[in-house]
Amino acid sequence: MRPVRGKRIVAILAAGGLTLAAAACGEAPAETPAASGSTAAAAAYKACMVTDTGGIDDKSFNASAWAGLQAAQKEATNVDPKYVASSSEADYEPGLRNYVSQNCNFILAVGGLMGTATTKIAKESTKSQFGIVDSGSESPNVYPMQFATQQAAFLAGYLAAGYTKTGKVGTYGGLKIAPVTIFMDGFADGVAHYNTVKGKKVEVLGWNKAAQNGSFAENFGDQNKGKSITQTLVSQGADVIMPVAGGTGLGTAQVAKDSGGKVSVIWVDQDGCTSAAQYCDVFLSTVVKNIEEAVKEAVVKGAKGETLSATPGYVGNLENNGVSLAEFHSFDSKVDAALKGELTTLKADIIAGKVKVESASAPK
Amino acid sequence: MTAETNTEAPKKPAPADQESFLSVFTRNLWASNNVLITTLSIVLAVIIGAVLIVVSDADVLAKFVYFTARPSDALNASWTLISEAYADLLKGAFGDPAVFQAWFDGTATWQEAFAPLSETLTYAAPLVFTGLSVALAFRGGLFNIGAQGQAVLGCVVAGAAGFTFGLPIVLNLVVALLAGVIGGALWGFIPGLLKARTGAHEVITTIMLNYTAALFLSWLVIQKGVQAPGRTDAISKSVAESAQLPSPGGILRVHLGILIAVLVTAGVAWLLKRSAFGFEIRAVGANPHAAQTAGISVGRTYVLLMAVAGGLAGLGGATQVLGTAYALTPAVAGNIGFDGLLVALLGRNRPWGTFFAALLFGALRAGGNRIQSYAGISLELVTVLQALIVIFIAAPALVKAIFRLRAARVTGAGTSLAKG
Repeated sequence: MRPVRGKRIVAILAAGGLTLAAAACGEAPAETPAASGSTAAAAAYKACMVTDTGGIDDKSFNASAWAGLQAAQKEATNVDPKYVASSSEADYEPGLRNYVSQNCNFILAVGGLMGTATTKIAKESTKSQFGIVDSGSESPNVYPMQFATQQAAFLAGYLAAGYTKTGKVGTYGGLKIAPVTIFMDGFADGVAHYNTVKGKKVEVLGWNKAAQNGSFAENFGDQNKGKSITQTLVSQGADVIMPVAGGTGLGTAQVAKDSGGKVSVIWVDQDGCTSAAQYCDVFLSTVVKNIEEAVKEAVVKGAKGETLSATPGYVGNLENNGVSLAEFHSFDSKVDAALKGELTTLKADIIAGKVKVESASAPK
Repeated sequence: MTAETNTEAPKKPAPADQESFLSVFTRNLWASNNVLITTLSIVLAVIIGAVLIVVSDADVLAKFVYFTARPSDALNASWTLISEAYADLLKGAFGDPAVFQAWFDGTATWQEAFAPLSETLTYAAPLVFTGLSVALAFRGGLFNIGAQGQAVLGCVVAGAAGFTFGLPIVLNLVVALLAGVIGGALWGFIPGLLKARTGAHEVITTIMLNYTAALFLSWLVIQKGVQAPGRTDAISKSVAESAQLPSPGGILRVHLGILIAVLVTAGVAWLLKRSAFGFEIRAVGANPHAAQTAGISVGRTYVLLMAVAGGLAGLGGATQVLGTAYALTPAVAGNIGFDGLLVALLGRNRPWGTFFAALLFGALRAGGNRIQSYAGISLELVTVLQALIVIFIAAPALVKAIFRLRAARVTGAGTSLAKG
């Protein structure tokens, strides 16, 4: 038994060695002193991000915030971004603290649930600059970035109501949490506004703003769940659907694609024609929440040495393009010009405060 | 392999007195025993982990492309990466020598020096309880997959008690902890009863109850009266300060939970070894039919056992919410229940073994945070490391084969583990 095994090991080693040799016979690069590293390090602005439990690939706010840090690095080359992912809520504090002890210049916490931990650490480490996405701030060294998403979702609701042929539109969420329901609130209000202005009776399925209750997938990554919820909504007559559920929403896009043009989708967070390009031809539009831009601006500002003041912080709205309704892409010819005009006016009215959009989940 | 062990075993006793003490010692050291196999499993996991660390780093991997031209580049880079990663793991789990030095020099506080150790103990505390829950049930022949659900319910009830009653200091904490135990015990009692009365398999029922508990929690935290006032996201009111487990505070998160864990471990060890109920558990676990014949009520033992196991897991949940989280959120229990399964497996279902396994897991988690933060290595890698250790421990034959260990004359571990 021994000799056979010995030979086998030799054979495996030989074969492995050959493949390694074949793979590893590239040219060695010329020796260069690591100059690039040291010059950058001289004035490096360490931007360190702690994700919430969604992780870095959540196709939602963690991913957007990280994209923002990377974009900041392109704009200001001394920015040195890094991140840690939290696998549980107990990891928030150590995650933030580890960055404090590494002397990060900007420590970004992502998501409202990190609010308590961020405030606590910010009060302990008053010399560090913190930032938080989707939450208010209770400490002068925490720069809050919040979004009046309901404003853009309001436009989407108006658009959906104007576009629907069946007189019914639908929406559903991933989880019943504020960053999700704020979209649904705005959407429902937009439809209601259309009804008042036009004297129509377009119905919203999947969300009741007054009762704060509706359909939820309880999941941000389950496409099949998204499909089945969408099919239910479609069978009830909805032909424009806004999933606020990250990857789960891809199931909705699939249903729309299979419907052969009868059903269209309003995407959220990042323009659907970029973030889920394969379904671009079913996206009527997107309610864009520009976390990426907000984070990028904050970090670039910080890297230039400007102060980031906690009050008022940053509130993304239609006016500063922190939230917006994306282009219509392939639906550009299908949305009639009058509706487009009304949307432009409506946007201006919201910015001017003539039309008020409210949501229980809106940043205060 | 097998032939070799068969011939060796009977030979062993005879020449013992002719051998030097050293060779006897080394031979016994190298014979397969639990401690050795556990240690070797960790060593193997660390080696495989090192390979994964290198493979997952694009910069270092790029140096392997010209390995034959200048091997030193690749080897040096790999060595630096691996040694820094594992150094960070140790520093994050036990303490950074540099910070200790700074403390002696007066430039750092003692809190900073002991913060890593505090993190390890903080992560370990709930795992001790969930681990004991699984281990105890296992000794009675039940596979308690439901530690997660029981811990969640422990969180819920302890948390609710913590922000509802507003009792005076000490009493409030005791009541909240007991509430956690009762919540978990209830969640363990149900599958126990189902098993005893209807024969429903506890694996299935406990898994289903895990979902029920998790969904119940995410429903509960957004209800009026539970949700924190002024918040629209899923977070409950905070536990009253008097119901929180005492902690040094500041950067030291460690809390009384770890001391309770020591006491409870001792209690479970006593229960198993010395009490009549412990004897019943072991008898039923070894052979339910024989136990029945001997006059032990198997059904009653199952129900009680699951309730006690559930209570332990519930206590784990309670320490999580009263010790570190202070408020209920849908993910407040994290993964402590499922990690408890691994901890029990690693601890070979023995109370103190489980305790130390929980400490190891706590160290891995605390060190993992630092690896991720300082070395930029993904947290998943630490999870893989944990998983590898457990895989090797669950397959002792693999470790024995790799290191060609002799079979020990008496093996205690393999028998109890092989039944799952």
